[in-house]
Amino acid sequence: MTLDPINGTASEIADLVNSRQITARDIVRRSLDRISAIDEAVNAFTDVTADRALAEADKVDARIAAGEQLALAGVPYGVKNLFDINGLSTRAGSKINRDHPPATADSPLITRLSEAGAVCLGALNMGEYAYDFTGRNAHDGDAKNPHDLKRMTGGSSSGSGAAVAAGLVALSLGSDTNGSIRVPSSFCGIFGLKPTYGRLSRSHSFPFTWSLDHLGPFARSVKDLSLAFDVLQGPDASDPHLASRPPVYASEELDFLPRDLRVARAGGYFCNPGFPLANKAVDVVAEALIGSGGITVKGGHLIDDIEIPEAERARAAAYLITNAESSTLHLQRLQTRAADFDPETRDRFLAGTLLPAGWVIAAQRFRSWYRAAVNRLFEEVDVILAPATPFPALYRDQLTMSLNGQEVPARPNIGLFTQPISFAGLPVAAVPVWLEGERMPIAVQVIAAPWREDIALKVARRLELLGTAKAPIAMITGD
Amino acid sequence: MVERKFDAAAHVDHMAPVVGIEIVPEWRNGVIVNLETAARMAELVLNFPLDDHVEIANVFEAGK
Repeated sequence: MTLDPINGTASEIADLVNSRQITARDIVRRSLDRISAIDEAVNAFTDVTADRALAEADKVDARIAAGEQLALAGVPYGVKNLFDINGLSTRAGSKINRDHPPATADSPLITRLSEAGAVCLGALNMGEYAYDFTGRNAHDGDAKNPHDLKRMTGGSSSGSGAAVAAGLVALSLGSDTNGSIRVPSSFCGIFGLKPTYGRLSRSHSFPFTWSLDHLGPFARSVKDLSLAFDVLQGPDASDPHLASRPPVYASEELDFLPRDLRVARAGGYFCNPGFPLANKAVDVVAEALIGSGGITVKGGHLIDDIEIPEAERARAAAYLITNAESSTLHLQRLQTRAADFDPETRDRFLAGTLLPAGWVIAAQRFRSWYRAAVNRLFEEVDVILAPATPFPALYRDQLTMSLNGQEVPARPNIGLFTQPISFAGLPVAAVPVWLEGERMPIAVQVIAAPWREDIALKVARRLELLGTAKAPIAMITGD
Repeated sequence: MVERKFDAAAHVDHMAPVVGIEIVPEWRNGVIVNLETAARMAELVLNFPLDDHVEIANVFEAGK
């Protein structure tokens, strides 16, 4: 346990509060002080709800005094500013939505965290309308990577990644349509969970792309990620995409891997020689798992280079559906207030309003084919490993990247390894790896079969126990 | 079959008024570049043969 209790993980904080060694109010006060001291440099928060947080903390302390034990007692957290927070306008990273009336209720995921004793400290920065992999934002300023303030956080859940990496909160919530949880996890060096599509309620969150939007947690330990995931699940009649599936609880037996787990590494598209650090990160994770035992492998080694079929086409189809659905959502705003969009999203949204309908319908048909093909892979394996990002965090002013010998815009292309995975709706734990000789982290996607978040989390936990994956709090140094 | 040919600039000029959006000169090039990217993505998707019985991935449940 580190000296300052807010440097602890969520479960360590909850243990202290449950055992009355510290009050939730004290945890919240310390967290608010740290936000005041550090967040001007990091720019993770867009709204700090201090009064609400102190009131929530007092309620938690009263519940503890009455004898309750709470899974997330006193744990400070923040949410991407597309979640409804009672009393705040849900800006979704935009200028335009600030004109919306304040939300009149919390999102159900916030309510569930509160019931478990966690305390909401406010709303977090994000790329405009979630159409972003960088963390850049023209209206609120860029969120900055706590491990190097000159670098990107990744997006679009930029503040959610930065706040956890900077130790401003122990837990955060974000959204992931094509990679927006997994990319900031990679760039900021923290754990992130993108659950199965349809697992968690999206109601009272501002949409981006109905066919692909997921919500999920970030944390600095896999246990915290699992505790949050356990709490966040549950029915919600108001979300038409929420699947009728029984919950799967991961935190109880987190340290135990299923026997004879079959692990493979995604080959082909996911092993691009142009991204050596991404490949190295997957090597390191694969080797650690082989060495740890309990992993069944064909011929005594990992089933190398399993092919996720048509991954590049899947990415293309995800691109079209995202472009068309999101632009249709924003059509009226684009007709009347296009000049108020972030210049880095405006052209993409405008283009999306003009797509031929057949392109999008073809992409949705292809998705059915792809889902069936990907599901068949899980007859052979339980877990697939793939890079989360092509490289560690770019500098914030680096707007292009090299892809197959061509210089392409970074903003739409950083998620090229995450996009084909979410297109199949698969659950993914992003695990941060610190490669020897590298200053910045990079994450690996631990991908499981649909509805098996527990397996992805158990493998992530094994990697954490082995010391292969970790999420230290950043030492903030000057810009 | 006529070969597919996508002229992004002509498409922008025709479609922008159809959907009721104004594209000012400073934005036009960016919109064209994005449409060209989308067209490359569409080419990949449209070139993949699918059985007639493959339905779109969206599910609508009446009465829900």
